[in-house]
Amino acid sequence: MAQRRFSNYLFILPACLIFATFYIYPFFKTFQLSLHSWDGIQPAMQFIGFANFKELLFEDSAWWNSMYNAGYITFWALTFQNLLALCLALACDRAMRAGAAYRVIFFIPPILSEIVVGLVWKWIYNGDYGILNYWLTNLGLGSFAKDWLADPNSALTCVAIAHAWKGFGWAFIILLAGLQTIPTQLYEAAYVDGAGAWKRFIHVTIPMMIPVFIMVIILTILGAMQGFGLILSMTLGGPAGHTEVPVIRILDSMKNSQFGYACAQALIFGMILVSISFIQIRISKYLKQA
Amino acid sequence: MRSKVVGVFCIAILGVILFSFLGFYGCAQERESHSKVTITVWHWMTDRQAAFEELAARYEKAAGIRVKFELFTPSDAYSQKIIASAQGKTLPDIFGILGKKRDAASFIKAGYALDLTKYMDENMGAWRNQLFDKALNMGRFTEGNLFGVVPGIYAVPIDLMNVQMIYNRKIFKEAGLDPNYPPVTFTGFIEQLKKLKEKNFSGFVSGFAEAWLIDSFAFSYAFNIMGEDKVMKTLKGEVPYTDPDWIKVFTLFQDLREAGGFASGVVSMDNKYAEQSFANEKSAFVYNGSWCINVYKGMNPELDYAVMMPPKVVEKNPMVIWGSAGAAFYVNAASPNAQEAVRFLKWLTDDTQQVYLIETTLNLPANKNCLNKIPKILSQFTDDLDKITHPNIWSYEESPKVTEVFARGIQSIIIGEKSPETVAAEVQVAKQKELKK
Repeated sequence: MAQRRFSNYLFILPACLIFATFYIYPFFKTFQLSLHSWDGIQPAMQFIGFANFKELLFEDSAWWNSMYNAGYITFWALTFQNLLALCLALACDRAMRAGAAYRVIFFIPPILSEIVVGLVWKWIYNGDYGILNYWLTNLGLGSFAKDWLADPNSALTCVAIAHAWKGFGWAFIILLAGLQTIPTQLYEAAYVDGAGAWKRFIHVTIPMMIPVFIMVIILTILGAMQGFGLILSMTLGGPAGHTEVPVIRILDSMKNSQFGYACAQALIFGMILVSISFIQIRISKYLKQA
Repeated sequence: MRSKVVGVFCIAILGVILFSFLGFYGCAQERESHSKVTITVWHWMTDRQAAFEELAARYEKAAGIRVKFELFTPSDAYSQKIIASAQGKTLPDIFGILGKKRDAASFIKAGYALDLTKYMDENMGAWRNQLFDKALNMGRFTEGNLFGVVPGIYAVPIDLMNVQMIYNRKIFKEAGLDPNYPPVTFTGFIEQLKKLKEKNFSGFVSGFAEAWLIDSFAFSYAFNIMGEDKVMKTLKGEVPYTDPDWIKVFTLFQDLREAGGFASGVVSMDNKYAEQSFANEKSAFVYNGSWCINVYKGMNPELDYAVMMPPKVVEKNPMVIWGSAGAAFYVNAASPNAQEAVRFLKWLTDDTQQVYLIETTLNLPANKNCLNKIPKILSQFTDDLDKITHPNIWSYEESPKVTEVFARGIQSIIIGEKSPETVAAEVQVAKQKELKK
């Protein structure tokens, strides 16, 4: 019996070792570094306790501004991006002509490089020769033309739209897969009972899709909050920090040789994301039970 | 069935033997190539890689030592790689350090960079004397330096750079301005920008999304308005950023904005984008470094432009420009090839190699003897070498957090979000916070 138990442990040992090396150890190392002032180069580190956390939580307004920006981009992703994805998934779920082609087309944005997408959108929004201003002018709305990414009132929304465009393909694929798992008998039964298209959507599609919605929401929040490459290529976090997100701030801290502070930022940011995911899982369990 | 299993087993064994043989052969080849000394150099300069490789081939022919230039881009990624390699003690024989003097000091104090002073002093300082002093200052730590580094020269400058104003002569002519008389005063600059705007030309462009460009432009004017002594006192914490002279510096950006002088979207432009804007003749003025000549040559060989000093605000203090070694190499103190690496760097900064680098990369040489070999357009950048300064050679350094608030504040002024007074107050708050640490 003991030998069997030993061999069982032996089988899971490689996985445990890999997990400990690449997940547990880095986590504790990050925590250890966050308690120090360290430039990342010199062997000696200065222990400063929780000073990095104190400064980050209570004195670093730019950090909280970046959290707000990430939240704003996430809000656009949750609403505009996911609604668009749902509408397109519903359309493609029906037996429509060239449905497979649409699926491929809608999935192109997520597989494109964030940097490339960012540069394309930067060109679209350009104040001098951007296509957005070109069309506005042609439509007689030239008075609205401006440099969209340099204006603090529009820069963040422009970035959020570009992010939503880049991300809707993922949600589309997941939602479409979810829609295709709903048994057609349910729709047929509802139809026989006299339910119209809207009622079938409200009383059949939505309840059956709740687990899928929850998953899409979790993935959207985690993806949008950690957005980085797109913003870097579009605005570098500017103008004046109006499109800066937490990951850019973490990178800036590392560039400024403030490794301890960067680790504290990474830990706080990670804890916020874990908390959000935890709350969502609780809500999803509650909804399933209800 | 049994014979089938034996057959598969034999094929597998043969496969293993074959792969082992190939692996052994590969290792033997590798060992053979390593029997000769190979110096590895890490750098970030995409535009110089081809020239470096050619020079490496010439050095191998001349000295029998192989030099391997390994390029890592972008420069941000390179910086992180160097730091990670230092932590892992896997730095190459020769490497460059990107960043502030504080970063270089950390590498030196940790024992990663060799003190080159004794090599520079050999033969009555022949090597040191052939290099520009201001370029050497990039890697020079003097007695009682701020960082506690043992005094000495730790880096070998490969080239020199400075950041100036550049203007498009063709746009000047089209706007009715005389291209032979660029503005020399800030008031004149504002007037010309207004005229350019009247003729629908975009005025002044720069990569002001990048903090260092804003920083260098603002500090050039700070030196002009208040003089070096007061700037240093500010860095030391003795003069606040709310001082009227600093308000004047911040107000310059407001004046430029109110005159409609900035190109559209200047605060969200990185330098590459600003270079494109100028090279495509969309803007009349650009604030850029001497490396731009090579960039503009690639983007628009027909571009007709000239170089000028940033126009002065006051006469009482000289106008300075940012400049120093464009790139400098450090020798890994722990490298078994350190002596060969020093010899190679000495060879690289000799006249012949420096002339080759000028011709192929259009950068200013670090070697003084090559100044007469530089092309005409490049010589416009060397006219003002006596006016260059750089944070890496100052006695005091601003903290990164203050620099961030400073640059961000100026961006806010440019977009009309904050006043110079508000920004000055914010920068001072950040400064006081850092002084308390």
